Amino acid sequence: MSNETESKPYWHRRLLEPRAGLFAVLTTVVISIGGLVEITPMFTVTTAAHAEAAGIEPYTPLEVAGRDIYIREGCYVCHSQMVRPFRDETLRYGAWSRSEEYSWDRPFLLGSRRIGPDLFRVGGKYPDAWHYEHMKDPRSITPQSLMPPYPWLARWKIDPEDVRASVVALKRVGTPYTDEEVEQVPAALQAQGQQIVDRMATAGIQVAWDDEIVALTAYLQRLGKMNKTGKIADAGGAE
Amino acid sequence: MSNAAALATQPSPAVGHPYDDAIVKKFVIAMVVWAVVGMTVGVYIAAELAFWQLNLGIPQLTFGRLRPLHTNAVIFAFACNVVFGGMYYSIQRLLQVRMWSDGLSKFHFWGWQSIIVAAAITLPMGMTQSKEYAELIWPIDLAIAVVFLSFAFNVMMTIANRKVQHLYVAIWFYMSFLITIPVLHVVNNLAILATLTRSYPVYSGMTDALVQWWYGHNAVGFVLTTPFLGLMYYFLPRAANRPVFSYRLSIVHFWALVFLYIWAGPHHLLYSALPDWAQTLGMVFSIMLIAPSWGGMLNGLLTLRGAWNRLRTDPILKFMVVAVSFYGMSTFEGPMMSIRAVSALSHYTNWVIGHVHSGALGWVGMISFAILYWMVPRLWNRELYSERLATYHFWIATIGIVLYTVAMWGAGIQEGLNWRALDENGQLAYSFVDTTLQMKPYFYVRLLGGLMYLSGVLLMAYNLIATVQRPEPAVSAAPAAK
Repeated sequence: MSNETESKPYWHRRLLEPRAGLFAVLTTVVISIGGLVEITPMFTVTTAAHAEAAGIEPYTPLEVAGRDIYIREGCYVCHSQMVRPFRDETLRYGAWSRSEEYSWDRPFLLGSRRIGPDLFRVGGKYPDAWHYEHMKDPRSITPQSLMPPYPWLARWKIDPEDVRASVVALKRVGTPYTDEEVEQVPAALQAQGQQIVDRMATAGIQVAWDDEIVALTAYLQRLGKMNKTGKIADAGGAE
Repeated sequence: MSNAAALATQPSPAVGHPYDDAIVKKFVIAMVVWAVVGMTVGVYIAAELAFWQLNLGIPQLTFGRLRPLHTNAVIFAFACNVVFGGMYYSIQRLLQVRMWSDGLSKFHFWGWQSIIVAAAITLPMGMTQSKEYAELIWPIDLAIAVVFLSFAFNVMMTIANRKVQHLYVAIWFYMSFLITIPVLHVVNNLAILATLTRSYPVYSGMTDALVQWWYGHNAVGFVLTTPFLGLMYYFLPRAANRPVFSYRLSIVHFWALVFLYIWAGPHHLLYSALPDWAQTLGMVFSIMLIAPSWGGMLNGLLTLRGAWNRLRTDPILKFMVVAVSFYGMSTFEGPMMSIRAVSALSHYTNWVIGHVHSGALGWVGMISFAILYWMVPRLWNRELYSERLATYHFWIATIGIVLYTVAMWGAGIQEGLNWRALDENGQLAYSFVDTTLQMKPYFYVRLLGGLMYLSGVLLMAYNLIATVQRPEPAVSAAPAAK
């Protein structure tokens, strides 16, 4: 082997190995092709217009706040948000996921592991009070659960101005919030939060509209119900 | 054999010490420190899955916040420091020239360690972008871009100043790393800022998912694979004292690997809402990846022809052979898991965790230990304190990996089968928590495997510290001139 290559230099050895610049340029071209072919067409697939045509509503400010908490606590590390089109998954979780339902997801939160169950269709599955009890002590709901408790969510508060900063950034990146909605963020937080406060109160649970658990509950109850008519969420199971 | 391969076994020029080895020593210390830290966090979160009480009620210690800290610490702290240190050591020797700028090298070292410390502070605080292996918040991402590009620039200038004409195969792999990582990092992290610690990606939904897994899979490809293959091409022939088996094979598998790897990302999104054509491309290119991956494995293993007898006695060769074998195994398993029908079973389960760790513990970890045992005696000019301890390390680590991966295979396949099991009425046979409970024994075995692997690293740390603390030999340059 060694004699052969010494005596018969390859084109590679003659043309590329002495030229580092050429080598670098060629490498750049070679590593770019796959990404360009796969990613570029996606920009024609998921657009704001596409989502609006399908009737997918952006997250409310309270849901944005809840989503940020979901990200902070790393919920996506143990819970996926992608129901695959299999019999067992639609039985267990509900209708399979459609790409337009993720239109306003920045970042996406599909997850890659199910240490706990998928959450994509968890919205509306349980009452608000269930989520409060479950986050405070998962074993009060499921005795064998291995999820840690999150009692601090009932103590920590959301900051309306911080939520507004998120809404502003999301608007800037293409989510269709109106200027008025941006201005009304604190009022919208309080209004939606109060509904959850009232529902929890009927179960004997005392929370305030700006408790983090309220925002997280709002987000979880929204999951899988991207279309306010509920059309998409209801269609898949029957298909 | 190419003359570049011969170079790899040539003694360094005798005049003084023309190479900057001080920077290599710094990186060696960082490698050992971050190996211990990153793997300790790994063992801790493995214990949290077995015993949920272990976060002690402290928000910063929950699994959800610490798991990204573990992955970042082992990939960007441990593995990247190995790559950087190994590159500084081998590049100067392969190109027969000192690094272009010692100042840039120092900036690279301290910049990178600061980034790691920043990661270790922000991730437990819940400051995260949530994208796997790209969790770090935007100010840290900016720092990564600056520090990495300064390093790449320093290496490119060193290559431009080289004293040898032809670039050896290790350098090709290093260059692919230097070029691809900035592309992946910048494209995946493009975002609009909300606050000092929060930003939102310019991509949304499934596009964001595809960009992320294009990045995520190639973080495996161009952080944990190509630079490590470069290191293999430098250190394995030197440790075995044999030329690289096939120059022709190294050309073919290099270009095929860097071309094919980029396409494989969508295999993380099979059966998702990603368009089918993209899923299929990801699957097909993943299967094709077997060929160049095994090209690298065979070139590594066959380089040992004629040196097999030394495998009985030389712990460094033992580590290398197991590393290259695990590389071959996990690059076979990966393409298999990229087939839709297999992914349907394995996705979301512990099988994926087992697969990652057979590559990470088996390939990346073991070749890194070999490189450390090779470099430390030469850098500090001392004989290794104990070959016997190194051999113990080898066996403890190997058994640990086997326990870990076998437990995760069992757990993953059981999970996958349980989830899809239907009873005679066509209803689900198991509730989700039924399966969760069945995972416990596997989690205990995995914890034991991880503990063994970590113990091996502690043994190595002790051995290397004892090596450095030995008295300087009377006749200097004994091992260094080998």
